[in-house]
Amino acid sequence: MLYSEKVFDHFSNPRNVGEIEDANGVGEVGNARCGDIMKMYLKIEDGIIKDVKFKTFGCGAAIATSSMATEMIKGQKLEDALKLTNKAVVEALDGLPAVKIHCSVLAEQAVKSAISDYYTRLGIDPLPIVGPIGEVECAE
Amino acid sequence: MEKRLIYVDNAATTPISKEVLDAMMPWLTEGYGNASSIYSKGREAGWALKNAREKIAAAFGASPSEIYFTSCGSESDNWAIKGAAAAMAKRGKKHIITSAFEHHAVLHSCEALEKQGFEVTYVPVHENGVVRVEDIEAAIRPDTGLVTIMYANNEIGTIQPIKEIGALCRERKIWFHTDAVQAVGHVPINVEEQNIDMLSLSGHKIHAQKGVGMLYIRRGISLPNLIDGGGQERGKRAGTENVAAIVGLAKAVEIATANIEERAAKTRILRDRLIDNILKIERTRLNGDREKRLPGNVNISIEGIEGESLLLSLDMYGICASSGSACTSGSLDPSHVLLAIGLKHEVAHGSLRISLSDENTEEDVDKILEVLPEIVSRLRSMSPLWEKIQKGDETGVPMMK
Repeated sequence: MLYSEKVFDHFSNPRNVGEIEDANGVGEVGNARCGDIMKMYLKIEDGIIKDVKFKTFGCGAAIATSSMATEMIKGQKLEDALKLTNKAVVEALDGLPAVKIHCSVLAEQAVKSAISDYYTRLGIDPLPIVGPIGEVECAE
Repeated sequence: MEKRLIYVDNAATTPISKEVLDAMMPWLTEGYGNASSIYSKGREAGWALKNAREKIAAAFGASPSEIYFTSCGSESDNWAIKGAAAAMAKRGKKHIITSAFEHHAVLHSCEALEKQGFEVTYVPVHENGVVRVEDIEAAIRPDTGLVTIMYANNEIGTIQPIKEIGALCRERKIWFHTDAVQAVGHVPINVEEQNIDMLSLSGHKIHAQKGVGMLYIRRGISLPNLIDGGGQERGKRAGTENVAAIVGLAKAVEIATANIEERAAKTRILRDRLIDNILKIERTRLNGDREKRLPGNVNISIEGIEGESLLLSLDMYGICASSGSACTSGSLDPSHVLLAIGLKHEVAHGSLRISLSDENTEEDVDKILEVLPEIVSRLRSMSPLWEKIQKGDETGVPMMK
């Protein structure tokens, strides 16, 4: 698998690994059968992502995209974090092999799923704000 | 930190050995003659080719006229299976028996034949990864023309009852082909004693170069020509012979088939130390029969982690190994071999294959056993799947379907 140096860096030294005990937004996407699960924890205060942590079961690209996504949304306003696209994650990692693009989609969805959970906990319907979060198919 | 390379992926490929390279060198340099040419430079190459053929034939109890050189194991498999299918179709036979965990060169050849109207039975390989002769017997039909079963599995290293399957086929007058790519050099093979009609072999798994293979075809079996052209390989597979590669292959076969028992006993000690100690990590499972197993094969599923990230982590310590995870194969599903022995997808994703050669040492094993538990615990600590497993969210018989 031809990974960039950035992917290797984020795989071997992932940022923001772990859990947040008093997280107020938690999202999990993917499934074990396909070989990747991402779980994202957010601590949101005043509409800003104060802290973010992740746990990922998956390949090198799954771990690297999770790590990069957390780095990109940390300290961001919620509305800006929601603009994070899988394409931006791929670019930040200096590219991904074609068969690994779905990992970046998973990372984008993990962020959206955690933010949805935050709104749900507040009693706000997340759908109009976050939009639908599709199911990611197994690796293509 | 000084990083010593620990190569334990010998089922994928092996380095060319010094003896093989030395044997090849003259034919890569001054020995450039065409083996079909009449003058001395050509004759020298012709003799080298003849010698190589005789050496390989002797190593497997075959006769030199039954040895056909090819470019790789896959080519040999394709020729044997598709060729046999075409030949048997003329006698009104259209049924083939194989197993569910063959190499893709065999499985995809069979699938291609199914599209042409042949019928294929894929016998199960059971939880221990061993084909049962009675399953093959039960699958035999009046129109069965070919049985193809691998000698040893490339992923889980299980050794199949080749002699018994061969005897059954002989009794029923059905051709028997075996893909012995993983077995050559690790178990003694004799085509006469083991009732084998066709056998595929690959050079680069036994320290010869990539791009050379062999198909043994028993006298009396007539397959259609693979390549039409000149008279090379008795007109069956035309094309100017790669003398250097073939001489190298003969040297490699000679070395690989000498003192098998002695060498295997040494490798088995390393293998068993790896298996016993890796299985001490909680929630791990050995894939494939413990006894009917290649001397250098270790295949273990490690729950809660994914194979590719495991391999990348091992690579950071200079350890080259393999996995049946979908991510490393570039396909949608994890290894068909691991699924065939009944593993759940999520467990198959987390498999590790270590394949040893004569070159591996106690120090290699020490290093693997030192770093592997650390890597597993690091990956598990960041795995939501592991979290679920520990909480007992994943219910039922944990690893099997």
